[in-house]
Amino acid sequence: MIVLEGRNLTKHFTSARGPRGRLGRRPPVRAVEDVSIALRAGSVSALVGESGCGKSTVARLLAQVYPATSGDLLLRGEPVRAHRGAAFRDYRRQVQLIFQDPFSSLNPFHRVRYHLARPLRIHGHARSDEQERTMVAELLERVSLTPVEQFMDKLPHELSGGQRQRVAIARALAVQPVALIADEPVSMLDVSIRLGVLRLLEELAKESGLALLYITHDIASARYFAEDITVMYAGRLIESGPSEALTQSPRHPYTRLLLESAPDPDRVTPPDATRHGEPPSLIAPPGGCRFHPRCTVALPVCSSEAPGRTELGEGRWTHCWQAETPDPVAR
Amino acid sequence: MNVLEIRDLGVDYLSQTGAVHAVADVSLDLRRGEILGLAGESGSGKSTLANAVARLLRPPAAITSGSVVYHRQDGTAVDVLALKRDELRAFRWKELAVVFQSAMNSLNPVSTVGAQIDDVLRIHAPKMSRKDRAERAVELLQRVGISADRRRSYPHELSGGMRQRAAIAIALALNPEVIIMDEPTTALDVVVQRDILHEIRALREEYGFAVVFITHDLSLLMEISDRIAIMYAGRVVETGTAEALHRTPRHPYTLGLLRSFPRLHGPREELLGIPGTPPDLRSLPPGCAFHPRCGRAMEECSTRLPLLTRGADGADGADGSDGEVACLLNGGRGVEEAS
Repeated sequence: MIVLEGRNLTKHFTSARGPRGRLGRRPPVRAVEDVSIALRAGSVSALVGESGCGKSTVARLLAQVYPATSGDLLLRGEPVRAHRGAAFRDYRRQVQLIFQDPFSSLNPFHRVRYHLARPLRIHGHARSDEQERTMVAELLERVSLTPVEQFMDKLPHELSGGQRQRVAIARALAVQPVALIADEPVSMLDVSIRLGVLRLLEELAKESGLALLYITHDIASARYFAEDITVMYAGRLIESGPSEALTQSPRHPYTRLLLESAPDPDRVTPPDATRHGEPPSLIAPPGGCRFHPRCTVALPVCSSEAPGRTELGEGRWTHCWQAETPDPVAR
Repeated sequence: MNVLEIRDLGVDYLSQTGAVHAVADVSLDLRRGEILGLAGESGSGKSTLANAVARLLRPPAAITSGSVVYHRQDGTAVDVLALKRDELRAFRWKELAVVFQSAMNSLNPVSTVGAQIDDVLRIHAPKMSRKDRAERAVELLQRVGISADRRRSYPHELSGGMRQRAAIAIALALNPEVIIMDEPTTALDVVVQRDILHEIRALREEYGFAVVFITHDLSLLMEISDRIAIMYAGRVVETGTAEALHRTPRHPYTLGLLRSFPRLHGPREELLGIPGTPPDLRSLPPGCAFHPRCGRAMEECSTRLPLLTRGADGADGADGSDGEVACLLNGGRGVEEAS
C-alpha cells in the first residue's frame, strides 16, 4: 500500500543575493525537477545520489519543510496542502524526518527525557505525567537504549554518536508516524556503529509497518537495506528498480559510473583511470539529458532532448535514450 | 628502506581530571615510496598520530614518549621530535607535507590558488626567481588536473574536488619525500574520490614519495594502500599488506570491520558487525581494549595487554607477508580464519 507519494515534484530556489540575469531577475537554482516517488508501508526504499543532486531537497519536500514549486504530494492517496496550523501539525504527526547529524539535531541543554516527551505532549499522545514516563520508557526500549532509567536523564553530550542517532529515531517515532524519511542517517557514524542503526530502521519498517525512505550516497548500503533503489542525478531521477537487479545490472550509464567508483576491495578488475569531471551547476543545467557532458556513450540526441521514462519490466525504469540497448558500454 | 620510523610513540591530552592517552606505544615504519593506510574509528588516535609526526600538536596535547626518525635519501637520520623552530620550517614541505581533510579550511579564502603555491615556494625555496615560481605553480596545477588559467581563482570559485586537487598541488610544491593525507577524500563524492585516488597513485609513481593515508573507510584503504595499519583506542592492533588484511585478517576487530560494510558485488552475505560502542579513552577497559566487544575474548584478555607481534614463533605468515597483530588468541597469532 502506498502511504506517501510525490508526483512530479519540482523545487526551484531563488537566491536573495547574487547577479541578476535578464529582466532583472535572479536565475533560480533548479534543485529538483519532475521527481515522482512512492513510499510503501512496511518497506524500505532508497534514494541514492551524490551530494548536490537534490536528494535532501526531495526529503524536505516530502516532509513539507518547504512547499514545492510545482507537483503534488499525496498522503494515503489524499492530496496534501498544509503549511501551517492544525492541518500541518496533523501532517507532521504522520510523516517524520531524521537528520544526518545527531550532534546538531538534539538540543544540548535538554535531557533525553525532554526530547522524547515534547512530541508526546505537543501531539497529545501523553495526557498525564505517568503516561508520559511509560511512553518515554517504551520509546527508549524500541530503539534499544537500555536500561532505560540510565538513558532517560542523560544529556546529548554524554551519549555516543550512535546513541544520539537512536534518540533522534525515538523522537521521530514518538508521534507514531506512518512514514519516516531518514536523510543520510548513518553517514556521520563510525563504521562499526552504522550497521546497528540501519538494522534498527529496517526492523521498524518491517515490524511496525512504517514506510521508510533511506536517503544515502552509499549505494552498497542501499543494496543491503532497501527493497528498491532510485538513483538521482543533478535534480532528476534517472533509474529505479529492485535493489539487487539495479546494483547487479545497472542500465543507466550514471548508475554504472556510481557503482564502478564505489570503493570495493573485492573488485576483480581495477576501474579505468579516465577523469570523469564533476556534476553540473543547477543554475544553468545542461540541456537534454543532464548527464550527457559526462556520459561516455552519449548520442547527439542526448544533448538536445531530455529522455522520457522507459519501462523495463519487473518494476524497473530508466531515463536514457539507450535504455533499450542492454549494455551501451559493451557495444 | 624506511623513510620514517615511529617508535613507542605516546601522545596524551592533558586535562584537569588526568591525562587521556590518545596514542599509546605506537611503532610503525613507513617505507620509501609506499602508501601506508592508517584506519580506525573516530577517537582511535589516527589523526593525533599524524599530527604528532608532523609536529603539529598543540597543547593540551603532548608527546610523552617515543621517537620519530626521518631518513634522508643520502642516509642521514633526523630526529623529528628534537627539531627546533627553524629546522622544523626547513623540514616541513621539503621533506614532509600534509594534506588535510577539508581543503576549504586549509586553503586561504582571501588568496588565489596560484598565490598560495607562490607563498610556499617563496618561503621554502628563497632562491627561486619570480618567473620560476610562476612556472612551477602552473606546472603543479596542471599535474593534478587543474587548467593553468585557474591559478587566479579563489578557493570558493573551485568545486570540492578541485580544491582538494589544489591542496595536493601545494603539498607537492617542493617534492617532499613523505606526504601525510588526513581523510583527503572524505568530503567528496565517490566519483570525484575515485578520480583523486587515481591521481594520488599516478603522482606517487612519478615522484616516488611515500604516503600515510588516513581514513575510517577500510574498503577504500584496501584499494589504494600497499600496507595497512589498523588502530583501536590509541594503539595499532594489526598491520599487514592490504591483500593479506583483506584475505586473512588476524585481529578480531579487523575481521569485525570487514564484516560490517556491505559489498557491492557477489552474493549478499550476512553482515555481522561489531557489537557495543568504541571505548571511552578516559576509562579504557583493562587488558585488551577491544575485549568487551570481542566475541572470542578469553579470560586472559581482560587482564593482559597484548603487544604487537609477528605471532608466537616470530616467523612470517605462510604467504610471506610480514604482518603483525596484537591479539592473545591462538598463542598470539590472532584469528585463524578467512574473511
